[in-house]
Amino acid sequence: MKKTDSCSTRQRLLSGNEAIALGAWEAGVRYAAAYPGTPSTEILPALAGYAGVRAEWASNEKVALDAAIGASFAGGRALAAMKHVGVNVASDSLMSLSYTGVGAGLVLVSADDPGAFSSQNEQDNRHYARFGKFPCLEPSDSQEAKDYTAFGFDLSERFDTPVMVRSTTRLSHSKTPVLVSMPDAGREPESLAPFERKPQKYVMIPAYARMRHPEVEARMEALADYAETCPLNRIEWGDKRVGIITDGMAYHYAREVFKGFSFLKLGMVHPLPEQMIREFAAQVDELVVVEELDPFIEGQVRAWGLDVVGKDVFPRTGELTLTRVRMGAMAAGLPVEEAPREPASLATLEIPQRPPALCPGCPHRSVYFNLRKLKLLVSGDIGCYAIGVLPPFEEMDMLVSMGASIGMAHGAKQAGCPDDIVATIGDSTFFHTGLPELANTIYNGGNTCTMILDNRTTAMTGGQNHPGTGVTLQGEITRQIDIEAVVRAMGVEDLWVVDAMDVEGVERAIREAVAVEGRPSVVLVEGECVFVPGFERRPVAVVDEEVCNGCGFCFRVGCPAILKSDEVDERSERPKAEIDPLLCTGCTVCLQVCPRGAIYETESEEA
Amino acid sequence: MQDTTNFLFVGVGGQGILTASDIAAGVGLEGGYQAKKSEVHGFSQRGGVVESHVRWGEDVGSPTAEKGTVDFLIAVEVMESARWIDWLRPGGVVLINRQRIAPMTVTAGDAVYPSDEEILEAVKARTEDVSWVEGLAIARELGDARMTNTVMLGALSTRLEVEPEIWLRVIEGRVPPRYVEMNRRAFEEGRRAVS
Repeated sequence: MKKTDSCSTRQRLLSGNEAIALGAWEAGVRYAAAYPGTPSTEILPALAGYAGVRAEWASNEKVALDAAIGASFAGGRALAAMKHVGVNVASDSLMSLSYTGVGAGLVLVSADDPGAFSSQNEQDNRHYARFGKFPCLEPSDSQEAKDYTAFGFDLSERFDTPVMVRSTTRLSHSKTPVLVSMPDAGREPESLAPFERKPQKYVMIPAYARMRHPEVEARMEALADYAETCPLNRIEWGDKRVGIITDGMAYHYAREVFKGFSFLKLGMVHPLPEQMIREFAAQVDELVVVEELDPFIEGQVRAWGLDVVGKDVFPRTGELTLTRVRMGAMAAGLPVEEAPREPASLATLEIPQRPPALCPGCPHRSVYFNLRKLKLLVSGDIGCYAIGVLPPFEEMDMLVSMGASIGMAHGAKQAGCPDDIVATIGDSTFFHTGLPELANTIYNGGNTCTMILDNRTTAMTGGQNHPGTGVTLQGEITRQIDIEAVVRAMGVEDLWVVDAMDVEGVERAIREAVAVEGRPSVVLVEGECVFVPGFERRPVAVVDEEVCNGCGFCFRVGCPAILKSDEVDERSERPKAEIDPLLCTGCTVCLQVCPRGAIYETESEEA
Repeated sequence: MQDTTNFLFVGVGGQGILTASDIAAGVGLEGGYQAKKSEVHGFSQRGGVVESHVRWGEDVGSPTAEKGTVDFLIAVEVMESARWIDWLRPGGVVLINRQRIAPMTVTAGDAVYPSDEEILEAVKARTEDVSWVEGLAIARELGDARMTNTVMLGALSTRLEVEPEIWLRVIEGRVPPRYVEMNRRAFEEGRRAVS
């Protein structure tokens, strides 16, 4: 567990995610696992690049944490990383890990998403620390992200506890300077000692769990004492008219807005240092808590009988910004500078929006085009295909969480929903939680159609491998789990396998699968994401302006490469179509839907 | 912290905004400042708007600037200059790459791409200091449209005190060896384009 010797030290700009990986590596982490999820995704690929670490994509977040728990029990420092909602998936193990404690240090990174830039909700995972009774560290920049992560492993071992390091989108995706000292040679991990058997600590049968619970309570008391002197909590004295308690990224907004005032910067937000906070409060005229999302710190401070300015003026929803903190401070009558200048109003100019769209060549296009055409009820899932809810498809009726598409469709049908319902789920999501959901539908004699959209990657997070791709995070070739064989082995006989680029074939498969009565059906749609390495563009499609009559049918496939031409059809007075040759990948979906045969493929030629 | 220099790079997913802002942050650090940069990527970036903040200063707090305090707005796409103009401080600098990328709302005919005059009018409500840069045209002339951002960085560099050599050093550290010479020329062309 010793730190590596430095051969050179310099400042580098690292993202919060890169810094977390570096901190874990410096702390001697041996095993790390994650399921990709914005904003946490880049942590594991960064770790995979360091010698002496085994870094893996897990099939879901619970599996990632479970593997990290095993590594920790076996005596190796371990890290699991996930986005905030991933912790929900892992929480079954997390709550009991709190009871068992750890072998070697274990750090769980939760990357929250205030603002819901890439998520289905804005949940504040600091609550997990209070709920599960373990410490939560909150860095505010990349230097702290590195230092706190490394610190977390020591804390984990010292107090026999899992430690949560909470990041946010803004921290994970910002680059700030970090002092980096890289060794010149790789690290060969020492082999672990044989497993030390401690069933009363690691086997949570009821009798042993009851024995562990008092240990958890005692640990939290010890941690609360420790919080008073924890080096991650610090006071920065300034003007004592206002004292600000703050954490994470909010600290930086607050110290710009409340320039020159006093700060209590909390690096460990659970458990909180009660005496430190009381003493700080006693020395300032006005106590303010600036924190993102929920009144997590504020609620505790209020419970101690201290009066604070907090969520009465600062928003509970969305990401904080300098402006939002300043507005809150001004609303409370606190002595801060006014906003720089009221922004000029540009209401006169309407600037067109840029909504996300399926990429040119996306294999999901034919699926949502057909689902819309057939007017089916669609139960959706987490992935790029959520874009199916937006124009021009507007063909998704429910989306809640990873894997839920299949269960929601099943429940709706079992409750007596008269509509034909289709669940759409991606390949990575299918391995994540789709498998038990489909097993449930089959077991209970459900009558839904599940469409598995296999694009050979975890696309939305940037193209990560998964159990169906045949390649690991560290680049080894591995067994590729065959989705078709899995579905057949589960007992589905009504199975269609179709090429995503065959628009009619996809339609036919959906029609037939939906027509199956009394048992579940599956349509496996195969087509590579355009970002999969080695994806081959085909000759681009071209519109014959002589034949096109501006019917607009091709616009319904929602392809960014299909433009409205300046040419207008004389009879219909509608614009003809035009295809941007730089964007077109030659997928031929538009060509297949054109009722007049006005779109044709060019010959392959060197550009 | 009032002494920060704030940059906002805006454009469309796929234009290389994140690399350009990475370089600008790296130049700040090499130039002796503390530097931070911030962007958000993920779902919102599939063909969507991309924004990236860079701040230089003695002591930079927030990695994002406050609305109305951006000193340099670098729009790598024409319309985005108007979308983000409220972030500029009055009298700040705007550099616009003359490249229009129509969003789906426009290609589908539901919205109209504003004219140059309309965009300029919106931008000039905030500042007179607006420069059009033929970034894409220059890059294409050099043989690679991906040089557009380097042209823009060259143009930006003329407005800052950091030595051009530092910019070039950071750029060269970021690109594959065979593109170093082309990037150097793109940077120089960018400097010339606004002088």
